[in-house]
Amino acid sequence: MKKIVFGMVIFMGLMGLTACNNKETTTGIEPKKYTDSLFAVMKADRTNYTKLVVKRLGPAGAGVIKPDEHWQDIENGALLPAQMFRAGAEAVAEMTDDFTYSLQSIWPINKQNAPKTPVEKAGLEFIAANPGENYYGEEDLGGVKYYTAVYPDVAVSDACTSCHNDHKDSPKNDFKIGDVMGGVVIRVPL
Amino acid sequence: MKKYVWLVWIVLSVMLISFYGYKMFFDTDKKEFLIGDASHGHFQIELACSACHTQAFGGEEVLQNACTTCHADELKAAHDSHPKKKFTDPRNADRVDILDARYCITCHVEHKKEQTNSMGVTLPNDYCFHCHQDIGKDRDSHKDLAFDSCASAGCHNYHDNRALYEDFLVQNAGGSWVKEMAELLSPNAAKKIDLSIMPGHKMYHPQLSLQQVSAQYPEEVDQWSGSSHALAGVNCGGCHSNEVSNSWIEKPEIEQCKTCHVNEAKGFTQGKHGMRLAQKLPAISSSETSALAFKQQTAHTEQGCNSCHSAHAFDTRYAAKEACLTCHNDEHSLAFDTSPHGQLFAQLSARQLAEENAVSCATCHMPSIKETIAGETVVAVQHNQNDNLRPNEKMIRPICMQCHSLEFSIDALADENLIKNNFSGKPGKHIPSIDWAIKRAKE
Repeated sequence: MKKIVFGMVIFMGLMGLTACNNKETTTGIEPKKYTDSLFAVMKADRTNYTKLVVKRLGPAGAGVIKPDEHWQDIENGALLPAQMFRAGAEAVAEMTDDFTYSLQSIWPINKQNAPKTPVEKAGLEFIAANPGENYYGEEDLGGVKYYTAVYPDVAVSDACTSCHNDHKDSPKNDFKIGDVMGGVVIRVPL
Repeated sequence: MKKYVWLVWIVLSVMLISFYGYKMFFDTDKKEFLIGDASHGHFQIELACSACHTQAFGGEEVLQNACTTCHADELKAAHDSHPKKKFTDPRNADRVDILDARYCITCHVEHKKEQTNSMGVTLPNDYCFHCHQDIGKDRDSHKDLAFDSCASAGCHNYHDNRALYEDFLVQNAGGSWVKEMAELLSPNAAKKIDLSIMPGHKMYHPQLSLQQVSAQYPEEVDQWSGSSHALAGVNCGGCHSNEVSNSWIEKPEIEQCKTCHVNEAKGFTQGKHGMRLAQKLPAISSSETSALAFKQQTAHTEQGCNSCHSAHAFDTRYAAKEACLTCHNDEHSLAFDTSPHGQLFAQLSARQLAEENAVSCATCHMPSIKETIAGETVVAVQHNQNDNLRPNEKMIRPICMQCHSLEFSIDALADENLIKNNFSGKPGKHIPSIDWAIKRAKE
């Protein structure tokens, strides 16, 4: 009898271990780590384009390119940093549905880039009020549940602040380098 | 009795299945399957079902691919203000739920001619409201505007705003309504053609010498001898001989023309005159359309290269005006000769004006434009007469503004009466968009 009970205990233990192994193999990268990593790449590219291309080759530097809102319409026109970021988001959207991202602000030049969903609104308000911190939440959009992360978009160059401060459609005209000007919203379907 | 009813039912069923089966799989005429008349833009090719319905199943994605197969390039060139990629972000899910702007067929439903408005739009004209209803709060100038007036009043277009966006309005404001006489571009693309692609171009006839050809076809040779073909050394064989089949072609058609005139043929088959040929359908004739008024005498003339470029003479000046008026009989066309533009063309005919200063039908509807072909910039004639229409504001920057101010151009193209009399006079209405843009810029 003892042998039977002992055998059953061993069997159940092995079953439990197998189940644990199965659970481990289905675990992937957690959403926060995923969106944090994506944002790191986005931030690096965005900063580099602003500093190493627009600032260096634009009117404040060598003057060989003309960063302009209507870049397609002028000779040697180049995308503004925000447009470059958006062009990347649109190109990614054509390649994958695994995540989407956008650049938004509670002081947008284009009103279509103001936060729309409750999570976007809460996230943008939070990162503006808490410099250096990120915001994470979940939301249902179009019948799909999303993990939504909002990261601060900080003015890294006077090219950012002067353009926004001088633009006729900008609702805020006193941005300084280091200010949170808006936020990067990354969404991952759960 | 019951047996006979069953027999009749079986016979009728077999007949119906056979009829529609034959029509579906063997007959080229499939009009029995049309679920409604196609729009003005597509009616010519409505019997080329597979041009849009490329697969039997697949739904809106298949149809979307069909739309972009023909229209993606022009949308890209127009800096499309509302591309699909603007609507794929989940944050727009609520908007897409109301108006799915990811797909062309949301606004342009085909086979619904009875509810199709201008620009082939099948929605009520207040579609802008769904996303832009707050504009009145942001701009006083827009406060009391009707929601169905955004894209119909000469201020905005859904896709193409190249001549209408705010900064462009400010930059190009002011100036006299008519500038100094402009020097229009003269096409030179044909001069760049490498004749070595057509070894038979030097030949006059496989059996006859030039003297014999002249004796046998005196009228044709006379017309050819003054043509640009003769000047370039393109003889009878250039058009009448087929290098591939090594045969003599009595009546060359577009396939032969495009051996050299590739881009012209491409534009022609994209426009209203030649779009059927692109679908391997018989050429269109004016008797088949009621959209415009056409002359009875030419109602059955099939449209091809030679219907405007009369064979052998290939007189481009004739093709630029006279050829149009052999078919077109609407108010706008008939008013051309007495219009200011027509008067300039008359001066050209009287040798009082240079070709580069004269305005013809083609100046606006088949303009000479700069293109980069094989790395070289040339001036070529756009043979797609629709390229700068739909909407007509597409004409403003490349055409109208060569001679006229932006303000006059916007006003003129928004005035239907002025269009009808072929711009004989000043615009009867004023579009305030430039005034508003300048006011905002000063604020």
